[in-house]
Amino acid sequence: MQLDSPNLSYIKELSDGDTEFEASLIAILKKELPKEKEAFMESVRVKNYQNSAEHVHKIKHKISILGLEKSYDFAIAFEEELKNNNPKRYETFLRILQNMEEFLMTI
Amino acid sequence: MKCIIVDDEAAARAITKQLSKKIEELTIAEEFENAIDAIKYLNGNTVDLIFLDIHMPTFSGFDFIQTLKNPPLIILTTSDKNFALDAFEYDCVVDYLVKPITPERFAKAVARIKERVGVSKVEEETAIVNTEETTTVGNDLYVNIDRRLVKINVLDICVIEAKGDYIKIKAEDKNYVVHSTLKKIEEKLPNHLFLKVHRSYIINTTKIVDIEDNSVLIKQDVIPVSRANRKELMQRLNLL
Repeated sequence: MQLDSPNLSYIKELSDGDTEFEASLIAILKKELPKEKEAFMESVRVKNYQNSAEHVHKIKHKISILGLEKSYDFAIAFEEELKNNNPKRYETFLRILQNMEEFLMTI
Repeated sequence: MKCIIVDDEAAARAITKQLSKKIEELTIAEEFENAIDAIKYLNGNTVDLIFLDIHMPTFSGFDFIQTLKNPPLIILTTSDKNFALDAFEYDCVVDYLVKPITPERFAKAVARIKERVGVSKVEEETAIVNTEETTTVGNDLYVNIDRRLVKINVLDICVIEAKGDYIKIKAEDKNYVVHSTLKKIEEKLPNHLFLKVHRSYIINTTKIVDIEDNSVLIKQDVIPVSRANRKELMQRLNLL
């Protein structure tokens, strides 16, 4: 899957020029995403896919905050697959998380 | 409206707070990352509205609603569209917002809340207004703002200014913008206190600080006095 590029359009729309809010939301994303990624990976490692689906559900919101529409659609489908104990597309989801983390490091 | 946010995701709480900031009527009193803490808070506090995430670990939004004896109004926030039908089984749920929440969609949800609150307030207060066959009860004037009948003590009113199809009522602590005319409100106010000093202004004469040739000072506002109305104003004053 070709990954889409993260952007700040949604955050800018919310902030309406409030740079303090932008900085604070980005700081939250930088703090929360690695923890959620870690928890997701651990749940897959122990094959608790129901729990993995819960993590994807939560991460899904962050995917949408960064304007990743294609990745968001993928996450919706992947969450359902995990609920059916199917983790086959795990690597693709990890690439999405990597993509987000790299973007967050640049801002 | 006093509100709380219940969502296990900090980013989601920050976004709801930011969206609420833009809406004057909403005050976020507290935010909680789990339902249990919110329940403890609600045991000692009342709120008008809860922004509630459905998908939370151990205790879901729906579990939370079921613990509330007299739930306030609730706007559900979720990343999952599948719960919409379940959500509206609860009378207290006014709207269902799918994340990411846009400012437009948020404003629409708040409008629904106002409509719901407005309808119940009107039901409560119309009785008073109808009994008196007027919108003035004693010293209280009821004005219709966003379908709510809001009570203003007429003695607190300093100035009323015409603004197109609206009037701006400047009271001691607060200003109100009401869809009405100066003529209509003038009929509801006690004549001995209020005087129209200009085609766009009615003043409470007890609030005058000083008077110059063509204007009066009321609190910080300089209000123009038209030549035609100046004579009556001067007659009302206890001049030395």
